[in-house]
Amino acid sequence: MNVTINGQDVQLPEHVRTISGIRKHFNIEQALTIIEQNKKIVDKNRYDSQPISDGDRIEIVHFVGGG
Amino acid sequence: MLKIGNQTFESRFLLGTGKFPDFKIQKQAVEVSKANILTFALRRMNVFQPDQPNFLEMLDVDKYTLLPNTAGASTAEEAIRTAHLAKASGLCDMVKVEIIGDSRTLLPDPIETYKACEVLLEEGFILLPYISDDLVLAKRLEALGVHAVMPGVSPIGSGQGILNPTQLQLIIETINIPVIVDAGIGSPADAALAMSLGADGVLLNTAVSGAKDPVKMANAMRLAIQAGRLGYEAGRIDKREYAVPSSPVEGLSVSE
Repeated sequence: MNVTINGQDVQLPEHVRTISGIRKHFNIEQALTIIEQNKKIVDKNRYDSQPISDGDRIEIVHFVGGG
Repeated sequence: MLKIGNQTFESRFLLGTGKFPDFKIQKQAVEVSKANILTFALRRMNVFQPDQPNFLEMLDVDKYTLLPNTAGASTAEEAIRTAHLAKASGLCDMVKVEIIGDSRTLLPDPIETYKACEVLLEEGFILLPYISDDLVLAKRLEALGVHAVMPGVSPIGSGQGILNPTQLQLIIETINIPVIVDAGIGSPADAALAMSLGADGVLLNTAVSGAKDPVKMANAMRLAIQAGRLGYEAGRIDKREYAVPSSPVEGLSVSE
């Protein structure tokens, strides 16, 4: 499946089908992230069930140092 | 005690978390500052290099109130999106609305800031907008219902200190919600002055993170903010044009 993650085109393996799958694939399950799918924020409680589709635009953001 | 919305904070020192030399120094500086509120920014995660350390993950987040900013936004729409993302973390409901209107001075855009606050207040956010030292805008935002105003006293990161103390004082005297000086503080003397003029708090970042010894500077700022506040509460003497002797003028012993 081809999706865009943080502006970069990414080809995901077949078994990655949910937001949780993406987190697992990139090994960021422990990280504190906020995820947007096609400009809509995905509720944390729905990561496991939220399906992803070909062409999705995913934004994965986190808190960084700032003033 | 600093009261913002329905939350109270022991410390009047709000610390930014950007640009520290390393996480170890940053952690020490945060501890020494005794700040209760820490600011953060939201950025894309480098998912292709997930092992990069993240400061927030090194902190005991239950000990602090996180104040995410909307830095990077130049429109109300962008700031609102960032606020939504921050809230979705489940870690905070306070937001520092920061919408830059000029890239060279990083001065805030008052119109976009007002618009963003209007929308975010409706949604129940606790808002601390970053503004110029503009009394009328501060009044308008207070009337709108924001929970604090954060006037800059000189450009962000410039360390120029309080360029216009009179303007800051006018805001402090007029506004009933907390006035937190944000941006421009360079030295402990600046922070003490802001507090002694009656500011309710000081938010700073570069003055600590960019200091030769950030941990020592965090301590200096904490003490300066405390001293300034105490001085404000104690009530300073009026300034006079001429000298007034401190020693009695009567009873001088003079040799003939």
